[in-house]
Amino acid sequence: FELISDEGYRFDGRKPSELRRVRCNMGVFTQADGSAYIEQGNTKVLAAIYGPHEASNNMRSRVCLDKCFINCEFSQAMFSSAERKKRSRGDRKGKDMSAHIKQTFEAAVRTQLYPRSQIDIYLQVLHSDGSLYCACVNAATLALIDAGIAMKDYVCACSASLTKETSLIDINHVEELAGCAEFSAAIMPKLDQIIYSELNGRIHQDELGQLVDAVTNGCKDIFAVIDRFEVITDNTEIAVSPRSLHS
Amino acid sequence: MAKVMLGESEKWFIIHGIQDDMRNDGRSCEDYRHIEVETGVVSNTHGSSRLRLGSSELLVGVKVELGSPDPKAPNEGLIHFHVDCSPNADPSFQGRGGEDLSANISCILTRIYCNKSSIDLNTLGIIPHKQCWVVHVDVLILECGGNLLDAVSIAVKAALHNTGVPNIQVTDGDEGTQEISLPDDPNDVKFINTVNAPVLVTISKVGSRHVVDASSEEELCCNASLVMGVTKRGRTTGMRKMGGGSLDPESIPEMIETGKNIGRQLHISLDKLLKTEQGMAEDIEKAGYL
Repeated sequence: FELISDEGYRFDGRKPSELRRVRCNMGVFTQADGSAYIEQGNTKVLAAIYGPHEASNNMRSRVCLDKCFINCEFSQAMFSSAERKKRSRGDRKGKDMSAHIKQTFEAAVRTQLYPRSQIDIYLQVLHSDGSLYCACVNAATLALIDAGIAMKDYVCACSASLTKETSLIDINHVEELAGCAEFSAAIMPKLDQIIYSELNGRIHQDELGQLVDAVTNGCKDIFAVIDRFEVITDNTEIAVSPRSLHS
Repeated sequence: MAKVMLGESEKWFIIHGIQDDMRNDGRSCEDYRHIEVETGVVSNTHGSSRLRLGSSELLVGVKVELGSPDPKAPNEGLIHFHVDCSPNADPSFQGRGGEDLSANISCILTRIYCNKSSIDLNTLGIIPHKQCWVVHVDVLILECGGNLLDAVSIAVKAALHNTGVPNIQVTDGDEGTQEISLPDDPNDVKFINTVNAPVLVTISKVGSRHVVDASSEEELCCNASLVMGVTKRGRTTGMRKMGGGSLDPESIPEMIETGKNIGRQLHISLDKLLKTEQGMAEDIEKAGYL
């Protein structure tokens, strides 16, 4: 089947270079040092940061004398995907994702400012609908900002896929399943540096440049949304009125 | 860190406050903290709920699947509970750290629900001996702020109340076989009847008095506690003593009485809320974590 219609629209009605709706919130938890929630379309991720703190007992061996180390765990709720799937903590997919996120933030956090300490990044996926890595990175960035941890720049991530010589950004689960090549990257938008990139699948070398450009633009769009959110929360309290009960 | 540490004098302050019926957050001994419940928050589940009790935060997702019934009860459906402790709540849950707590909570839930009157499992049966609905209740603990058990049970009741099981059609096929067909309309569902679903009430003994809904600080000061499953009509469906200390046999009937009263009140407020939630239009914006 075709990922883009003849009129140039995608399944969910987006244009090829359009992001899904991004909504976010910071400081959702009280006990964690920093926390954030992000929604990119139907992909929903909660991030929590603990630290910088003294290394916990089972991680003493990872302590560095000149900088802090980052500990990351990615977990997915059982009900997050369409089919209920029993996932044990620390399965291969989770470990792989944790390692990628850890690597990304080791490049972005000013680790040398926190010698002999540990920073924990915990990510919990509540609803998964494609571009999980990207949503996790964006959520972790917000949570690190909420925790007040020094970073070189924001880290924004976006994914893209290529079909009929058109690049689609921020791909969802259906588009992921279609089996086209998938490219994800995390950039530092103000420094204009790529700190993570991954390509699954096969594309022609000449098309890579186009894909990188599309992803970079996507990341900048995400940066604009996140940055604007930052400004809003600085000035006004966002009013949330969930229905509640007293007993 | 989420770990709470109290000094000797802080403990005395909390215990003495409870003797005078004044807890350190201003509540009396039989008051609950503020509870926030929202249903239908995860769109790819059949039913879901989000609950915040004080600083405890939970998300429950219910999914129903077709499966084969237990040979001992061929006409009934099945209900499974699974609790997952996210490291977001406490770094000590990283890796396999939360498994003990998860297993403990899911055992208690199974115990209070494996009761004929709690949920009518016959309504989940489809073809005897062959096919039935299997209800998976997945609890995700996102923040621990004391009194997790009560919070979990309230959230589970809310999520089950919100769960729509597809209305399945059974038709007779060739040679005495039976065929099932799912409805085309995803909104063609039957809601699970949760009138008799129990909630857990934890009564903690602190000094010579008992309190309900202990915060994590109060949990450190308490000797032992009694957890009981209470239905809407005030019947107990299960009970368990928790904690390291011991209880005076004379104080137990008193605690049970308190538990029943509190449980009844909890059901009344929860049912009222669930009714209004169900009556609201589908397209209403959920607050979630935004």
